[in-house]
Amino acid sequence: MLGRTAGGIYWMCRSLERSENTARLVEAGSRIALSRMLDGESAWKSVVTTAGVRQSYDDRHREDDDGIVYNHAQVTNFLLRDKANPSSVLNVIDSARQNARMVRTAITTEAWEAINESWMELNDALARPIRETELPAALGIIRRQAALVRGALHGTMMRNDIYYFARLGTYLERADNTARIIDVKYYTLLPTVASVGSALDNVQWEMILRSVSAHRAFRWMNDTGSSASAIAEFLILDERLPRSLAFCASEMVANLELLTTEYGIDYPSCRRARELSERLQNRDIKSIFDVGLHKFIGSFLDDNIHLAQQIETDFSFSG
Amino acid sequence: MTGHGDQPREPYDGYAEWFNDQDPTRLMRKSKEAEAFFRRTGITFNVYGQTADAAQAQERLIPFDLIPRILSGREWDKLAKGIDQRVRALNAFLYDVYHRQEIFRAGVVPHELIARNEAYLPQMIGVEPPGGIYTHIVGTDLVCTGEGEFFVLEDNARTPSGVSYMLENRESMMQMFPELFSRVKVRPVSGYPKRLRESLAACKPDNCNQKPVVAVFTPGIHNSAYFEHSFLADQMGVELVEGSDLKIVDGHVAMRTTTGYQRIDVLYRRVDDDFLDPLNFNPDSMLGVPGIMDVYRAGGITIANAPGTGIADDKAIYSYMPDIIEFYTGEKPLLNNVQTWRCSEKDSLQYVLDNLADLVVKEVHGSGGYGMLVGPTSSKKEISEFRKKLQARPANYIAQPTLSLSTCPIFVKKGLAPRHVDLRPFALVSPKGIDMVPGGLTRVALKKGSLVVNSSQGGGTKDTWVLDD
Repeated sequence: MLGRTAGGIYWMCRSLERSENTARLVEAGSRIALSRMLDGESAWKSVVTTAGVRQSYDDRHREDDDGIVYNHAQVTNFLLRDKANPSSVLNVIDSARQNARMVRTAITTEAWEAINESWMELNDALARPIRETELPAALGIIRRQAALVRGALHGTMMRNDIYYFARLGTYLERADNTARIIDVKYYTLLPTVASVGSALDNVQWEMILRSVSAHRAFRWMNDTGSSASAIAEFLILDERLPRSLAFCASEMVANLELLTTEYGIDYPSCRRARELSERLQNRDIKSIFDVGLHKFIGSFLDDNIHLAQQIETDFSFSG
Repeated sequence: MTGHGDQPREPYDGYAEWFNDQDPTRLMRKSKEAEAFFRRTGITFNVYGQTADAAQAQERLIPFDLIPRILSGREWDKLAKGIDQRVRALNAFLYDVYHRQEIFRAGVVPHELIARNEAYLPQMIGVEPPGGIYTHIVGTDLVCTGEGEFFVLEDNARTPSGVSYMLENRESMMQMFPELFSRVKVRPVSGYPKRLRESLAACKPDNCNQKPVVAVFTPGIHNSAYFEHSFLADQMGVELVEGSDLKIVDGHVAMRTTTGYQRIDVLYRRVDDDFLDPLNFNPDSMLGVPGIMDVYRAGGITIANAPGTGIADDKAIYSYMPDIIEFYTGEKPLLNNVQTWRCSEKDSLQYVLDNLADLVVKEVHGSGGYGMLVGPTSSKKEISEFRKKLQARPANYIAQPTLSLSTCPIFVKKGLAPRHVDLRPFALVSPKGIDMVPGGLTRVALKKGSLVVNSSQGGGTKDTWVLDD
């Protein structure tokens, strides 16, 4: 297959994954704002921070009459609809569809139609600013559309290089998103050591678990309550959780090994992915806290980015 | 649908019987469903707005009318013979103008027609295209003025588009009205992609000894016909490449794959000549492949259609087509041209200026229905403005009468209404011969009284049936 096509598939899946993650994050934020565990301003501010778009949000609203404020209307608009935010759901789904059009010959008709319909549905659902009463329905549409696309890919695509590139994009993006969420919690959201275990602390953990759709799974696995280290262990090391770093890393290894077998070439990216994955296996959370969580996550993110660059080189995504 | 009386023309008998039993509300609903189907499957084309920025182009649907345009098998067979003859003449003409130029020496066509013509590529002089084929795919635009009386309006010999609509229109008709196809026997068109691939493969370069690698070459997703490019590549099962995928490796054109560069033997290009090769043509082109013309001249690749074929479908050449056909085939033309006045000739220009209100005047090198005057539907002001343009550069224009075109019914709220149509069948040319799928693209001017069928100007399409009678 063409290198450009491989790259298009990979980026299509990265974009799709990102739109879903953003929707989950907004959902978690609005739930917290509603439950008044946190004042609205702080709740929405932490959503912006966790989404990793704080800088662009502030730049966008600096000139507003009332200064930079964080509220339901403005934050959801920025994350879901704003053309000025490259990661807004509308922008990201647009780029997913552009990539899908580019690789139209590599995906099945059903997969293409699912993406194209998603794009139409979301443009329709997000055509106007979302009122508070409409938000759950709008977020539901985003999640459902993502599930439809995933199902179409899963159910109709040949299990060959094309599919492996799709999976690589999905897990690489997801690993990046989960790592950022954990990092933001530890480094940005938590101002002082004193607030560990405070009400604010618990609210933030709740939001993070919800944003990876793992709050109920976590309860089932940990009946003794939620300690920060148990949650960090769950999100980083638990291979049963489909959004954990360990799960994403081993999926990347699996798909790169399938490509190695299919092409009969030993790729540097496959070695890099193995290294990344091995670092998450057979270790406990304590050893990570000993290194320092922020440092650990920082180097994970760097390695993930380097892995992405190596994949682009190994498979000639661009000339 | 009706000829000159109230009864439907004979080929429509079976369909009319079915149609009269239908509930119009159901048909209206089906029509909406068809539109939703086209949107969902992304069967769109891009329209360029005021800004020339391709990224700003908007995707639009081509309106689809659910009443088919029906030809009898006999009408089609006659038509196909005529197109076959015409396409043979086009290829002979192209070979001649890039080699010995006997047609000029014989005085049949004036040499000045190519001398200052941008469509004539000096880079092609003396080049032997693989298999001797220039126009691998030809789309001949025809209009009908009465029972079996077809006239050729235009020969599209560069990169004719629209074949994907021929296929998708049939596909959606079969989805909407499966029962109709068991009642009326229609010749299938679905074999086109396979036959296109076979035809292209048969044109492989002489030095290609293995099964040839075929690819479709597109300018990219912002091109107005991108849907068709990806559709054809997908249906043929070949790669869809862009300029950034291609490079010359060891004297061959090769595409960058995930495992390295792979040689291409036949390139079905949907990129204009000018953008093909920045080293040989437009140096500013970002779309093309530097050096591809050198590989081509050395016989290392087949480019379909060959560079420089535009000289054959030039509107100034068109008026000479009857003579060109006779010169190369020794036969009388089976299909007639529409009468054409060349404004470069003094007497003709005078006639055209005197009769502007009754004529269609076209730019010699124009396409897509832009820059033309349709006299009968234009205002006095439009005509007087056009007159000035015509007088300033008469050689740039040709004029044709507005024929009393036959019409086809379209489905509207009140039932049926007549509209003007044209027809573009597609001919595939290889050393094995000329192959045609029974059907084509029927374009319809949806505006009442309009004669312009181009999709960029509010035209729509219909399914085209050739009966298996």
